[in-house]
Amino acid sequence: MRDIRLLDAPFDPNAAIDALAMASPDIGGIASFVGKVRLTGGVEALELTHYEPLTLPGMHELADRAFGRFDLIGLLMVHRVGVMRPGEPIVCVSAAALHRRDALGAVDFCMDHLKSAAWFWKREKRAGQWHWIEPREQDHADLARW
Amino acid sequence: MIRIVYLGKLADVAGKSESQFVSSSGDLDWPDILALLDDHVREGLADAVRDERVKVALNGQVLSDREGLVARDGDEIALLPPVSGG
Repeated sequence: MRDIRLLDAPFDPNAAIDALAMASPDIGGIASFVGKVRLTGGVEALELTHYEPLTLPGMHELADRAFGRFDLIGLLMVHRVGVMRPGEPIVCVSAAALHRRDALGAVDFCMDHLKSAAWFWKREKRAGQWHWIEPREQDHADLARW
Repeated sequence: MIRIVYLGKLADVAGKSESQFVSSSGDLDWPDILALLDDHVREGLADAVRDERVKVALNGQVLSDREGLVARDGDEIALLPPVSGG
């Protein structure tokens, strides 16, 4: 089971994870990560832009790599674009496997790549002004783990 | 018609998210495009695009050598600044 989506409206991560959990009776474990818009730093809104010809195909390639690297039964990768408010989910990655290490590893792997290498551009609104978010050193360090 | 799409901060620098050019002289190479950006979109845009971290996609394929770009009628060029981190 493979569910890779780019959404421009709010979504319910739990519903997506529940669907993954029902995908196969062989699943021995499910690991999930949900990233949300933080309220810290006076963030009023977060906007993600993408480039249609690259962003979703890039997520599919990442899913291919995750299936190649980990022994997975299912993988869910849902990412928002557009304007989000604090508390709203931005991303949900959930991996189902026979054993926990594959599920946990696949989620960690996908998240590091989504954060640092996927085709998304982010800006935050603080005190009524939009500010672009620049790449961070930590993101490169996160990618180097793999 | 050749379409140029500006992503991320480059859309702010350009003041728009895309431009369309009709080239009377046929194909456009990388120096032609940089000249068009400054002359017909906004001064300073070419400098922002010269930043070596800006990647270029032609019809949905990221180029390994952007200097070798040749765009023809009907092509779409995307100018991609570094993606944001977490």
